[in-house]
Amino acid sequence: MRRSPIFPLAAVVAFAITASALAETPADVQRSFETAARQEVAGFSGFSAQRGAAFFKTTHGREWSCASCHTQNPTATGRHAKTDKPITPLAPAANAERFTRTDKVEKWFRRNCNDVLGRTCTASEKGDVLAYLMSLGK
Amino acid sequence: MKQFIRFGFLALLTVGATGTGVALAGDHRYTAPSPTVKAECGSCHIAYPPQLLPARSWRALMSGLDKHFGADASLDPQTAATITTFLEQNAGRERSFSALPVLRISETRWFVHEHDEVPGTVWKSLKVKSPSNCAACHSNAEQGDFNEHNVHIPK
Repeated sequence: MRRSPIFPLAAVVAFAITASALAETPADVQRSFETAARQEVAGFSGFSAQRGAAFFKTTHGREWSCASCHTQNPTATGRHAKTDKPITPLAPAANAERFTRTDKVEKWFRRNCNDVLGRTCTASEKGDVLAYLMSLGK
Repeated sequence: MKQFIRFGFLALLTVGATGTGVALAGDHRYTAPSPTVKAECGSCHIAYPPQLLPARSWRALMSGLDKHFGADASLDPQTAATITTFLEQNAGRERSFSALPVLRISETRWFVHEHDEVPGTVWKSLKVKSPSNCAACHSNAEQGDFNEHNVHIPK
Protein backbone atom coordinates (compact mmCIF):
# COMPACT_ATOMS: atom_id res chain seq x y z
CA MET A 1 0.00 0.00 0.00
CA ARG A 2 2.74 2.48 -0.90
CA ARG A 3 1.53 5.69 -2.36
CA SER A 4 3.46 7.26 -5.18
CA PRO A 5 5.54 10.22 -3.95
CA ILE A 6 4.56 12.04 -7.15
CA PHE A 7 1.06 12.84 -5.89
CA PRO A 8 1.92 15.09 -2.92
CA LEU A 9 4.63 16.76 -4.96
CA ALA A 10 2.20 17.49 -7.80
CA ALA A 11 -0.30 18.89 -5.29
CA VAL A 12 2.30 21.24 -3.84
CA VAL A 13 3.35 22.44 -7.30
CA ALA A 14 -0.29 22.93 -8.36
CA PHE A 15 -0.99 24.89 -5.17
CA ALA A 16 2.06 27.07 -5.69
CA ILE A 17 1.02 27.85 -9.26
CA THR A 18 -2.56 28.67 -8.22
CA ALA A 19 -1.39 30.80 -5.29
CA SER A 20 1.02 32.77 -7.44
CA ALA A 21 -1.70 33.40 -10.04
CA LEU A 22 -3.99 34.80 -7.34
CA ALA A 23 -1.55 36.70 -5.16
CA GLU A 24 0.64 39.03 -7.14
CA THR A 25 2.46 42.16 -6.12
CA PRO A 26 2.32 45.57 -7.80
CA ALA A 27 5.91 44.88 -8.96
CA ASP A 28 4.72 41.70 -10.73
CA VAL A 29 1.96 43.65 -12.46
CA GLN A 30 4.47 46.31 -13.45
CA ARG A 31 6.76 43.65 -14.97
CA SER A 32 3.93 42.39 -17.17
CA PHE A 33 3.23 45.96 -18.33
CA GLU A 34 6.92 46.30 -19.12
CA THR A 35 6.93 43.15 -21.25
CA ALA A 36 3.92 44.47 -23.17
CA ALA A 37 5.40 47.98 -23.50
CA ARG A 38 8.63 46.58 -25.00
CA GLN A 39 6.56 44.97 -27.74
CA GLU A 40 4.50 48.13 -28.17
CA VAL A 41 7.25 50.73 -28.45
CA ALA A 42 10.57 50.30 -30.21
CA GLY A 43 13.34 51.55 -27.90
CA PHE A 44 11.21 51.51 -24.73
CA SER A 45 13.21 53.33 -22.07
CA GLY A 46 11.33 52.59 -18.87
CA PHE A 47 8.25 53.95 -17.14
CA SER A 48 8.03 57.42 -15.66
CA ALA A 49 6.23 58.30 -12.43
CA GLN A 50 6.23 61.92 -13.53
CA ARG A 51 4.50 61.13 -16.84
CA GLY A 52 2.09 58.90 -14.91
CA ALA A 53 1.21 61.72 -12.49
CA ALA A 54 0.47 64.13 -15.36
CA PHE A 55 -1.62 61.49 -17.14
CA PHE A 56 -3.52 60.73 -13.92
CA LYS A 57 -4.32 64.31 -12.99
CA THR A 58 -5.41 65.79 -16.31
CA THR A 59 -8.41 65.19 -18.55
CA HIS A 60 -8.01 63.69 -21.99
CA GLY A 61 -10.63 65.50 -24.08
CA ARG A 62 -13.51 64.25 -21.96
CA GLU A 63 -15.27 65.17 -18.75
CA TRP A 64 -13.34 62.96 -16.32
CA SER A 65 -9.71 62.41 -15.39
CA CYS A 66 -8.50 59.52 -13.21
CA ALA A 67 -8.41 62.06 -10.38
CA SER A 68 -12.13 62.88 -10.79
CA CYS A 69 -12.90 59.79 -8.73
CA HIS A 70 -9.51 58.84 -7.21
CA THR A 71 -8.76 62.49 -6.24
CA GLN A 72 -5.50 64.39 -6.82
CA ASN A 73 -4.07 62.37 -3.92
CA PRO A 74 -4.42 58.62 -4.67
CA THR A 75 -3.34 57.68 -1.14
CA ALA A 76 -6.64 59.17 0.08
CA THR A 77 -10.14 57.72 -0.15
CA GLY A 78 -11.83 58.75 -3.39
CA ARG A 79 -15.46 59.25 -4.30
CA HIS A 80 -17.31 58.16 -7.42
CA ALA A 81 -17.95 61.27 -9.51
CA LYS A 82 -21.56 60.29 -10.15
CA THR A 83 -22.80 58.22 -7.23
CA ASP A 84 -20.53 59.63 -4.51
CA LYS A 85 -19.75 56.14 -3.22
CA PRO A 86 -16.40 56.05 -1.37
CA ILE A 87 -13.55 54.41 -3.31
CA THR A 88 -10.72 52.89 -1.27
CA PRO A 89 -7.26 54.43 -1.91
CA LEU A 90 -5.54 53.42 -5.16
CA ALA A 91 -1.89 53.72 -4.12
CA PRO A 92 -0.51 50.34 -2.96
CA ALA A 93 1.18 51.99 0.05
CA ALA A 94 -2.22 53.03 1.37
CA ASN A 95 -4.17 49.95 0.29
CA ALA A 96 -2.41 46.56 0.19
CA GLU A 97 -5.13 45.01 -1.98
CA ARG A 98 -4.40 47.25 -4.96
CA PHE A 99 -2.57 45.79 -7.98
CA THR A 100 -2.45 42.26 -6.58
CA ARG A 101 -4.72 40.61 -9.15
CA THR A 102 -4.11 40.95 -12.88
CA ASP A 103 -7.73 40.21 -13.83
CA LYS A 104 -8.98 43.02 -11.58
CA VAL A 105 -6.30 45.44 -12.77
CA GLU A 106 -7.14 44.76 -16.42
CA LYS A 107 -10.89 45.04 -15.80
CA TRP A 108 -10.61 48.49 -14.24
CA PHE A 109 -8.10 49.85 -16.77
CA ARG A 110 -10.41 48.60 -19.57
CA ARG A 111 -13.48 50.33 -18.11
CA ASN A 112 -11.88 53.48 -16.79
CA CYS A 113 -9.66 54.20 -19.81
CA ASN A 114 -12.79 53.95 -21.92
CA ASP A 115 -14.54 56.48 -19.66
CA VAL A 116 -11.59 58.85 -19.39
CA LEU A 117 -10.03 58.59 -22.86
CA GLY A 118 -12.66 56.90 -24.99
CA ARG A 119 -10.17 54.13 -25.85
CA THR A 120 -8.04 51.46 -24.24
CA CYS A 121 -4.81 52.57 -22.56
CA THR A 122 -1.45 51.50 -23.93
CA ALA A 123 0.87 49.37 -21.80
CA SER A 124 3.16 52.42 -21.55
CA GLU A 125 0.35 54.55 -20.11
CA LYS A 126 -0.65 51.87 -17.62
CA GLY A 127 2.98 51.37 -16.58
CA ASP A 128 3.51 55.12 -16.12
CA VAL A 129 0.40 55.38 -13.93
CA LEU A 130 1.45 52.39 -11.83
CA ALA A 131 4.97 53.84 -11.51
CA TYR A 132 3.38 57.04 -10.19
CA LEU A 133 1.12 55.16 -7.75
CA MET A 134 4.01 53.02 -6.50
CA SER A 135 6.09 56.16 -5.93
CA LEU A 136 3.60 57.49 -3.38
CA GLY A 137 4.26 56.90 0.31
CA LYS A 138 1.72 56.32 3.04
CA MET B 1 -65.06 23.79 11.56
CA LYS B 2 -62.69 21.14 10.28
CA GLN B 3 -62.58 22.91 6.94
CA PHE B 4 -61.86 26.21 8.68
CA ILE B 5 -58.88 24.74 10.51
CA ARG B 6 -57.58 23.28 7.29
CA PHE B 7 -57.86 26.70 5.62
CA GLY B 8 -55.99 28.32 8.51
CA PHE B 9 -53.22 25.75 8.26
CA LEU B 10 -52.89 26.34 4.52
CA ALA B 11 -52.78 30.10 5.04
CA LEU B 12 -50.01 29.67 7.62
CA LEU B 13 -48.07 27.49 5.19
CA THR B 14 -48.40 30.15 2.49
CA VAL B 15 -47.19 32.92 4.79
CA GLY B 16 -44.27 30.71 5.84
CA ALA B 17 -43.31 30.01 2.24
CA THR B 18 -43.37 33.64 1.09
CA GLY B 19 -41.56 34.77 4.21
CA THR B 20 -38.37 32.77 3.63
CA GLY B 21 -35.43 35.02 3.11
CA VAL B 22 -36.86 37.27 0.44
CA ALA B 23 -38.61 40.61 0.63
CA LEU B 24 -41.60 41.06 2.90
CA ALA B 25 -43.87 43.72 1.44
CA GLY B 26 -44.02 46.73 3.73
CA ASP B 27 -40.95 45.64 5.68
CA HIS B 28 -38.49 46.82 3.02
CA ARG B 29 -35.90 44.21 3.80
CA TYR B 30 -34.56 42.59 0.65
CA THR B 31 -32.23 39.82 -0.48
CA ALA B 32 -28.61 40.62 0.42
CA PRO B 33 -26.29 40.49 -2.60
CA SER B 34 -24.24 37.35 -3.27
CA PRO B 35 -20.44 37.89 -2.96
CA THR B 36 -20.09 38.15 -6.77
CA VAL B 37 -22.93 40.66 -7.05
CA LYS B 38 -21.54 42.68 -4.16
CA ALA B 39 -18.05 42.77 -5.68
CA GLU B 40 -19.12 43.54 -9.25
CA CYS B 41 -22.23 45.72 -8.82
CA GLY B 42 -21.22 47.25 -5.52
CA SER B 43 -18.00 49.02 -6.53
CA CYS B 44 -19.45 52.24 -7.96
CA HIS B 45 -22.83 52.20 -6.22
CA ILE B 46 -24.42 49.93 -3.64
CA ALA B 47 -25.49 46.56 -5.02
CA TYR B 48 -29.16 47.47 -5.40
CA PRO B 49 -31.55 44.76 -4.17
CA PRO B 50 -32.80 42.59 -7.05
CA GLN B 51 -36.42 43.10 -5.95
CA LEU B 52 -36.28 46.79 -6.91
CA LEU B 53 -36.61 46.13 -10.66
CA PRO B 54 -38.51 43.51 -12.67
CA ALA B 55 -36.63 40.80 -14.61
CA ARG B 56 -37.20 42.59 -17.94
CA SER B 57 -35.39 45.69 -16.63
CA TRP B 58 -32.46 43.70 -15.22
CA ARG B 59 -32.03 41.87 -18.53
CA ALA B 60 -31.98 45.19 -20.42
CA LEU B 61 -29.43 46.65 -17.99
CA MET B 62 -27.18 43.61 -18.09
CA SER B 63 -27.13 43.61 -21.89
CA GLY B 64 -25.88 47.22 -22.02
CA LEU B 65 -23.18 47.34 -19.34
CA ASP B 66 -20.61 48.90 -21.71
CA LYS B 67 -22.80 52.02 -21.67
CA HIS B 68 -24.11 52.00 -18.12
CA PHE B 69 -25.57 55.46 -17.38
CA GLY B 70 -22.58 57.17 -18.93
CA ALA B 71 -19.89 54.79 -17.66
CA ASP B 72 -18.30 51.59 -18.92
CA ALA B 73 -19.28 48.83 -16.48
CA SER B 74 -18.61 45.92 -18.83
CA LEU B 75 -17.98 42.44 -17.40
CA ASP B 76 -16.61 39.17 -18.72
CA PRO B 77 -19.46 37.03 -20.16
CA GLN B 78 -19.31 34.37 -17.43
CA THR B 79 -19.60 36.84 -14.54
CA ALA B 80 -22.36 38.73 -16.36
CA ALA B 81 -24.34 35.49 -16.82
CA THR B 82 -24.00 34.58 -13.11
CA ILE B 83 -25.23 38.02 -12.06
CA THR B 84 -28.10 38.06 -14.57
CA THR B 85 -29.35 34.72 -13.20
CA PHE B 86 -29.26 36.06 -9.62
CA LEU B 87 -31.14 39.23 -10.62
CA GLU B 88 -33.78 37.34 -12.63
CA GLN B 89 -34.40 34.79 -9.88
CA ASN B 90 -34.94 37.49 -7.26
CA ALA B 91 -36.48 40.23 -9.43
CA GLY B 92 -39.49 42.24 -8.36
CA ARG B 93 -42.80 42.07 -10.15
CA GLU B 94 -43.47 44.03 -13.31
CA ARG B 95 -45.45 47.19 -12.52
CA SER B 96 -44.87 49.14 -15.70
CA PHE B 97 -47.24 49.11 -18.65
CA SER B 98 -44.68 50.77 -20.89
CA ALA B 99 -43.37 48.95 -23.95
CA LEU B 100 -39.83 49.82 -22.89
CA PRO B 101 -38.35 48.49 -19.64
CA VAL B 102 -37.66 51.00 -16.84
CA LEU B 103 -33.87 51.18 -16.36
CA ARG B 104 -33.56 53.49 -13.39
CA ILE B 105 -34.92 52.32 -10.04
CA SER B 106 -35.55 56.00 -9.22
CA GLU B 107 -37.93 56.22 -12.20
CA THR B 108 -40.18 53.36 -11.17
CA ARG B 109 -43.62 54.43 -9.99
CA TRP B 110 -42.95 52.53 -6.78
CA PHE B 111 -39.80 54.55 -6.00
CA VAL B 112 -41.46 57.89 -6.77
CA HIS B 113 -44.40 57.00 -4.52
CA GLU B 114 -42.20 55.81 -1.63
CA HIS B 115 -40.15 59.04 -1.75
CA ASP B 116 -42.92 61.58 -2.35
CA GLU B 117 -42.41 63.08 1.12
CA VAL B 118 -38.70 63.79 0.55
CA PRO B 119 -38.16 67.50 -0.25
CA GLY B 120 -36.19 68.43 -3.38
CA THR B 121 -33.49 70.10 -1.32
CA VAL B 122 -32.54 66.74 0.25
CA TRP B 123 -31.81 65.15 -3.15
CA LYS B 124 -29.54 68.04 -4.07
CA SER B 125 -27.71 68.28 -0.75
CA LEU B 126 -23.96 67.60 -0.82
CA LYS B 127 -24.35 64.51 1.35
CA VAL B 128 -26.92 62.90 -0.94
CA LYS B 129 -26.13 64.26 -4.42
CA SER B 130 -28.10 61.63 -6.32
CA PRO B 131 -31.10 59.31 -5.82
CA SER B 132 -28.67 56.47 -6.65
CA ASN B 133 -26.93 57.13 -3.31
CA CYS B 134 -29.33 54.98 -1.24
CA ALA B 135 -26.89 54.63 1.66
CA ALA B 136 -26.92 58.41 2.26
CA CYS B 137 -30.25 57.98 4.07
CA HIS B 138 -30.84 54.21 4.29
CA SER B 139 -28.03 53.40 6.74
CA ASN B 140 -28.11 49.63 6.17
CA ALA B 141 -28.79 49.74 2.43
CA GLU B 142 -25.69 47.66 1.66
CA GLN B 143 -27.29 44.72 3.49
CA GLY B 144 -30.62 45.09 1.67
CA ASP B 145 -32.28 46.76 4.68
CA PHE B 146 -34.49 49.67 3.58
CA ASN B 147 -36.77 49.57 6.62
CA GLU B 148 -38.17 52.99 7.50
CA HIS B 149 -36.83 52.76 11.05
CA ASN B 150 -33.30 52.87 9.66
CA VAL B 151 -33.76 56.01 7.56
CA HIS B 152 -31.62 58.97 8.65
CA ILE B 153 -31.74 61.98 6.37
CA PRO B 154 -28.33 63.72 6.63
CA LYS B 155 -28.27 67.35 7.75
